[in-house]
Amino acid sequence: MIHLQQVSKLYRTDRVETTALDNINLEIGKGEFISVMGPSGCGKSTLLNLMGLLDEPSAGSVALDGQAIDRFGDRALSRVRNERIGFIFQQFHLVPDLSVVDNVEIPLLYRRMSNRERRKAALAAIDRVALSSRTHHFPTQLSGGQQQRVAIARAIVGRPGLLLADEPTGNLDSQMGDEIMGILEDLNQKEGTTIVMVTHDPRMADKTHRVVRLFDGRQVQ
Amino acid sequence: MIKNYLKIALKVLSRRKFFTFISLFGIGVTLMVLLVATALLDYVFAARTPEVHADRMLGVYRLTMQGPDDTETTQPGYAFLDRWVRPMTKLPSVERIAFVTEAQTAISYLNGRKIESAMRRADGEFWRVLDFDFLEGGPYTAADDEAGRFVAVINETTRERFFGGQPAVGKTIEADGQRFKVVGVVRDVPVLRYASSADLWVPVTTAKTSAYKEEWLGGFYALILARNHADLPQIKAEFQSRLREAEKHLPDPKTFKRLYAGADTLFEGAARLFLPGGRLEENPGARLRAALLALMLGFMLLPTINLVNINLSRILDRASEIGVRRAFGASSRTLVGQFLIENVVLTLIGAAIGLGLALGVLRAFNVSGLIPHTQFQLNFRIFFYGLAIAVFFGLFSGVYPAWRMSKLHPVQALRGRSA
Repeated sequence: MIHLQQVSKLYRTDRVETTALDNINLEIGKGEFISVMGPSGCGKSTLLNLMGLLDEPSAGSVALDGQAIDRFGDRALSRVRNERIGFIFQQFHLVPDLSVVDNVEIPLLYRRMSNRERRKAALAAIDRVALSSRTHHFPTQLSGGQQQRVAIARAIVGRPGLLLADEPTGNLDSQMGDEIMGILEDLNQKEGTTIVMVTHDPRMADKTHRVVRLFDGRQVQ
Repeated sequence: MIKNYLKIALKVLSRRKFFTFISLFGIGVTLMVLLVATALLDYVFAARTPEVHADRMLGVYRLTMQGPDDTETTQPGYAFLDRWVRPMTKLPSVERIAFVTEAQTAISYLNGRKIESAMRRADGEFWRVLDFDFLEGGPYTAADDEAGRFVAVINETTRERFFGGQPAVGKTIEADGQRFKVVGVVRDVPVLRYASSADLWVPVTTAKTSAYKEEWLGGFYALILARNHADLPQIKAEFQSRLREAEKHLPDPKTFKRLYAGADTLFEGAARLFLPGGRLEENPGARLRAALLALMLGFMLLPTINLVNINLSRILDRASEIGVRRAFGASSRTLVGQFLIENVVLTLIGAAIGLGLALGVLRAFNVSGLIPHTQFQLNFRIFFYGLAIAVFFGLFSGVYPAWRMSKLHPVQALRGRSA
């Protein structure tokens, strides 16, 4: 599904050069559910951003479904993100001015489809995360757990093969965290969605197939 | 997609109400001024009664005679027009040519009361080149002009002043010490129509002396009606070639060596009159058009900078949204489109406010009677210009902020940073 080969990421400023990731080699198969763990600042989110094509590696290559994406331009990268990848963020990143259903529709705005089809898919995704009663609410009217469920609905509405979740339960209490984890496990088991999840919580990591551990930008497990 | 953009645009506007109010006020006032200016220009230059054929009409409104020590610029004289312009009637592209004087004040006394009227002397063709709206009677003819008959066409204001609004055809009117029999009454023509407006029109041949027949400079316009709009360039070129020929036959070749004039549209005629150096140009219209455009852009600059600033300051507010859109598949180009649409929505709301304000200002103009016989209106054409100006304004002020927003790195944007 996704293959990282000798991937490094450096951040340069005028004075210092920081190595965020150092020579990472990682192969993630289709249908896997992987967690990425490590202390703060070890490069977990950077790794996720590289997998999600939101950032470019300083060295090495990233391939998605056997296709190297190194030379993709902005439009091609945007299309790959739109069609094959879904993102879930710790901060939810819902657009406060849009209702639940409008937020969930966002990925579909960048596809050729009718308004009716778009609305139908968004409602189905909302139903999938059991939030049908909140369709026309605005994010500020929802609890943290509900907001994260909306974010999951937004991530899966376009039926991507790969879900990248950056500490999806980090801002939630344990009960809500368990609910979100349940939804992710369900997506992985029933729909075969490949999931890469960054987490600090060993309890959540235990529920995944495999744990990748990072330390100071290096892969230690 | 557009619906989603519009929802966002309206929400974003309602987020910072004070800034939105300032923006809308700036845009509204700017567009109001531009709409009023457009309405004014439209009133002066667009095809309307009596210049209903303005799109295929040219005029020789100005003539400059230049010599080494002396330059004179004024309206062309009858002798010049008669010798060098009238023969152009034979060109297949020319339908007819009329001669008319500039409007001059004519004094009348009625029951001991002094009345000043704007009077033009015009030939019979004048009534066929232009299309006046006759309320009574009709125009005098070329035969009336040739025979020197003392007949007159008056406007409705003159009818009101002299005859208390009663039917005037057949009655006599005295102006400038001459008595004319009224043959027709036309609807008032605004003074802004500089080639045609007057209170009364009488035949050229009724002039008190025939000295005008010898003059190259002074008092007359020639109005040339082409058969088609497409013929205008050819007629202009022919006029220039005749002008070069006329230079060889100048009445005072020692004092004057060169002639400058043009067969101008109404717009070009105004440019020749008002632009510095316009009198010497073959086509001063292009420069006036550029000057008006520059003036318009300059006028839009301040609200544009204001809007650009507000939009830039909103980038930080919207960093997370931009990051999300990028993550879920919006390309830079798509984001530029979205932000431009939002900005155009804002300017269109401003345009609606501007339109309302412009209607009020024009109504006030009309009621004030500042410009006689003028009833400014916002017609479909002006509305279309206004819409075009608003859309242009929206794009103009939105491109840079939209480009900046679209260039945000998605990772930085998701962290809530604008750079």
